[in-house]
Amino acid sequence: MSFLAIQHLHKSFGGLHAVNDVSFALAAGEIKALIGPNGAGKTTLLNLLSGNILPDAGEVIFLGKPIQGLKPFQIARRGMARTFQNIKLFPEMTALENVMVGRHMRSRSGVWSGAGNLPWTWKEEAGIRRKSLELMEFMGIAEHAGTEAASLAFGQQRAVEFARALALEPDLLLLDEPAAGLNIYETAELAKLIRKVRDRGITILLVEHDMSLVMDISDSIVVLSFGRRIAEGNPLEIQNNPEVIQIYLGEDDA
Amino acid sequence: MGFARYIPIAFLVAGLVLVQQVTQHTGTTFYLTQLTMAAYYALVITGLCLLMGYAGQISLGHAGFFAIGGYIPAALTTYNLEPLREKWLVQTLDAAGLLTAGQDLYGQQVLHVHPWPSCILALLLTAGLAFVIGMPVLKLKGHYLAMATLGFGTIVYRVFLAMPLFGEADGISAVPPFPLLPGVTVSGDFAARTENYYIAFGLLIVGLLFLINLVHSRIGRAFRAIHGSEEAANAMGINTPRLKLQAFVISAVFAALAGVFLTHYNGGIGPSEASVMKSIRYVAIVAVGGMASLWGVFFMGILLNFMSLRGMFGTYDDAVFGVILILIMLFAPNGLLRLHLWQRMRRWRGVDKPKSRTE
Repeated sequence: MSFLAIQHLHKSFGGLHAVNDVSFALAAGEIKALIGPNGAGKTTLLNLLSGNILPDAGEVIFLGKPIQGLKPFQIARRGMARTFQNIKLFPEMTALENVMVGRHMRSRSGVWSGAGNLPWTWKEEAGIRRKSLELMEFMGIAEHAGTEAASLAFGQQRAVEFARALALEPDLLLLDEPAAGLNIYETAELAKLIRKVRDRGITILLVEHDMSLVMDISDSIVVLSFGRRIAEGNPLEIQNNPEVIQIYLGEDDA
Repeated sequence: MGFARYIPIAFLVAGLVLVQQVTQHTGTTFYLTQLTMAAYYALVITGLCLLMGYAGQISLGHAGFFAIGGYIPAALTTYNLEPLREKWLVQTLDAAGLLTAGQDLYGQQVLHVHPWPSCILALLLTAGLAFVIGMPVLKLKGHYLAMATLGFGTIVYRVFLAMPLFGEADGISAVPPFPLLPGVTVSGDFAARTENYYIAFGLLIVGLLFLINLVHSRIGRAFRAIHGSEEAANAMGINTPRLKLQAFVISAVFAALAGVFLTHYNGGIGPSEASVMKSIRYVAIVAVGGMASLWGVFFMGILLNFMSLRGMFGTYDDAVFGVILILIMLFAPNGLLRLHLWQRMRRWRGVDKPKSRTE
């Protein structure tokens, strides 16, 4: 049984086959990258996995159970966390509160216990705060805990979103272009960080345009083009795959 | 934990006692009547603050919930069941001790539903109705949600205006006092004025405590997350449809509770309480108070309602709230008393260094 199996997934928008009969699998503990030219269907595929859009056909088997058709919050509760291509923080909450929201499904106090400020919720709240601060420490943003998310710098916002996703303690983490907008130095830091996250036992599927990052950290790579999976393999195989070279560099005229 | 959040309550209680003492010693206790009424309206408004300011869902139908809370006890506690005494339902209710017998002005025997069961029925009915309305309507966002709740409010208004049971355009009068506890009665008697001032603010403080605790809890955080980004909240495993519905039902019940008490206090209710202008007024006050600021909304709720009830806006009463809403939306869509303002002030003083803003 594979950790995550994507089988014949299909999604079209009007006449456009955004994701066309795509199948591949993830093994537990690996870092897999999803690459391809703009419009290849990478983000669509990620949105299909996280339940933000529904597939027209195909199956997604996560930890032995089909998850296609479930709502995003249900999929998150099955152990899948994600970040967004254009960062989606809760802008009017502090960085710490953002991460604390990530503990939602790992805590349970409800309307009545919250409104009554019941003693047993105090311990839960303290636990949520401690764990969230720990994750911010891990991401190196603990000093910004009290800052409103909207007023953080871009890189810091990415880090908060990353910490928030980790707060779910997911089995699988989907990262949508985590290096977008980062400089070379920050990208190198990100590579280290992604490895550290993997070492915590979290499987990672990332969509990324930065080839040096992808080649550096991925155990395996899936290449999409016009919605189709055209290649899969380790970084070296992908670099030498003629079809991949062709879609990235164009037809050889000679 | 988080007991610091209760400190303002202590100041509020002290302030309320002070106001009462001052009015007593200056012979101006008539102000307490409008303050009592303002307190009940503030209860609607703080409940709406949870829905709008924290969970980020607008409702232009809250006057409808308030009116349901007012009209149901008004109708039940004034409708004479004496001619129906032989019916099994009336007999069952009577046997359960839910009815009160008495005499009307002309010495005729009358039989009414007791205020307590009618109050509970009104709250349950409102909760049920909010649930049924909210389920489909809260799938909508922004303007569409505003339109749908506006439609709901209009329907409630027209129903109360049209049904003879609810007194049509005259509304219902001669609603009896509400004996809450032995010795504690919600009534508009001059003798009970001070007592009712404390009842109203007592209820409001209990409601405020409920909301303050709630917004500081896990659920409150989830409400604010939904406000910030529903998509991201979903990705956190937050059951957003369920939580939005909870916020909607809670705020509707707050409105209905205020409706029940104010109707017994005023001794009646009319269809204008259900009108869309009232809903707009509630929304405007939440906006002025700072949207996601329970204390700001609370104080604005008391102040503006008090001014309105004292007749300070004259014949422009409804217009004033319309203008307030327009001005707020134009110049301070996040409200006047917002966190941003604090942060901006801290930046001026150089406490927080400004950071580059993205998106």
